[in-house]
Amino acid sequence: MSVLAERRARAKQRRAGLSLRPAATLTLLCLLAALAGTTLIALTVGAAGIPLTRLPAALGLWADSTANPLLARDQLVVWSIRIPRIAAAAMVGALLAVSGAIMQGLFRNPLADPALVGVSSGGAFAAAAAIVFTDSHLGGSLRFLQHQLLPVAAFAGSLITTIVLYGIASRGGRTSIAIFLLAGLAIAAIANAGIGLLVFVADDRQLRDITFWMLGSLSGATWAKLTALAPVLAVALIACLSIARGLDVLVLGEAEAFHSGVDVERLKRVSIVLVSAMTGVAVSVCGVVGFVGIVVPHLLRLVIGPAHRLLLPASALLGAVLLVGADTVARTIVAPAEMPIGILTAAIGAPFFLAMLLRQRGLVSL
Amino acid sequence: MTTLLEAQSISMTVGGATLVDAVSLRIGAGEMVAIVGPNGAGKSTLLRMLSGDIRPSRGAITLKQRDLHAYGPRALAEHRAMLSQHVNVSFPFTVEEIVGMGAGESPRAVARALVAAALDEVGLEHFRSRQLPTLSGGEQQRAHFARVLVQLACGEALHGPGLLLLDEPTSSLDLRHQIDLVETARRRAARGTAVIAILHDLNLAMRFADRVLLLHRGRLAIDGDRTAAMQADTLRQIFEIDATIDYTGDGVPFLLPQTMRPAGKAT
Repeated sequence: MSVLAERRARAKQRRAGLSLRPAATLTLLCLLAALAGTTLIALTVGAAGIPLTRLPAALGLWADSTANPLLARDQLVVWSIRIPRIAAAAMVGALLAVSGAIMQGLFRNPLADPALVGVSSGGAFAAAAAIVFTDSHLGGSLRFLQHQLLPVAAFAGSLITTIVLYGIASRGGRTSIAIFLLAGLAIAAIANAGIGLLVFVADDRQLRDITFWMLGSLSGATWAKLTALAPVLAVALIACLSIARGLDVLVLGEAEAFHSGVDVERLKRVSIVLVSAMTGVAVSVCGVVGFVGIVVPHLLRLVIGPAHRLLLPASALLGAVLLVGADTVARTIVAPAEMPIGILTAAIGAPFFLAMLLRQRGLVSL
Repeated sequence: MTTLLEAQSISMTVGGATLVDAVSLRIGAGEMVAIVGPNGAGKSTLLRMLSGDIRPSRGAITLKQRDLHAYGPRALAEHRAMLSQHVNVSFPFTVEEIVGMGAGESPRAVARALVAAALDEVGLEHFRSRQLPTLSGGEQQRAHFARVLVQLACGEALHGPGLLLLDEPTSSLDLRHQIDLVETARRRAARGTAVIAILHDLNLAMRFADRVLLLHRGRLAIDGDRTAAMQADTLRQIFEIDATIDYTGDGVPFLLPQTMRPAGKAT
């Protein structure tokens, strides 16, 4: 069969609803390779270009025989700026994509995204409040705790938002998509009003910090922040696999999932805490970065299917690839300035979301 | 006959309205029971209580001599399988994946064999790789029935005969598949499973069940064999229809509603 005929046959099968799904290992290997490639590009491009030939020496893999005069500078750039930033981008991307996938499973709705429905805004509001509070006379004694307090505040803000949202959107085991999205919009508006109020009362320095939350940026990534991200990511990824089967069965609805032997109440609690922790910690590192959680799981479902045992780890990898790539673009596209990454992901993600809505319009009634 | 499921005077009250009122019943292994009754009689509420989905406001239910609510969700799923009326799947799972969800944590090889057998039984083996949302309503209903059969088989392999609850399992099916489904359920009962199904079609209920529970305004009006429920007086009183009742060659009653205007004589 010629390549063209084969492709046509595949397209026909896809149209007929037949699924052609690549093996799990192959998918994960491809995504790992993509992550390695993106990381390599991200290491070499930037304000200070480090060509591939100089990279091994800069990383300290082997001694530089050419006695490069820029070696010290290269090493400084790679180890103190680029690696922490790339690692932060990868981890944040993974956290956002996986929390998006879990939220979609929990609400049985491919349009759910922590940033879209105000969970990120809730976290950002709490983080902004923590900035202003620890800076005030009242909370001044807690100032030294600011680094530790931010992720905790962002987590608490995200948790409260998710619980409120779930309470509003689900009733008697059913979740209304329209109410869910509208309630999410309202909650995001409330959180944004709160942030607006904080902006109003903040002084110049606080204002700069708060603006950073609202736009989203990875420029503040440091080794210290990575220590907050890494454990959450590790624990969350392991916990995810324990709820993967439950999330699959939950697609049948809460009652039917219970009939099938799933402890639905426990599954919902674990999912809500995971989504809030992952979103909260991601927000505390780089502010609100939207649409990663919606784009990544959706693309993956088209290729590998919706089963969460593979979807969740694959989302983590593709989310990492996407955000490392987006951050590299964000810091080079308007060099020497930097574009906030939140603007970039929204510019790509929002049209994507609209396209999904248009596709869904024909299939289900909102 | 060993008692599998027992309900003692169970009631369900929601916001002052009594949906089910002091219903007592005892169901043995291998019994085929149909729950019938007009809209709003409390059929679905009764079935949801018997499945452990909702807790009765009053009364107690035991499954295999143990309080129904003492089972954890997973243990309960090994003793009873239930097919709900409306199941909407929003993600593109394949028929095979959906049916496989009935297998729980069973080893993959065991699950695969059970899924293949169940798909064969409901006549969907050629659709195994199709995405469920692309199937027709009736085909989806059969796929969910296959999933419940897999769950039942997994549980019965561990603990012996279980309980199969079906809430209007034939609502989207054509005549042939209605009968197929009923025959499949009968085969399970012949092996000891206790089957309880809500059925709207009284004729199908008569063919299907050894025993009929007729609910009226939340109360158990009749609990008996099929001739007990199929009386013209009862039908008039409870369903508010006039019907001619006749019997098939093998003694199964069937009815023809009389208040329907005959075809062809439109005025």
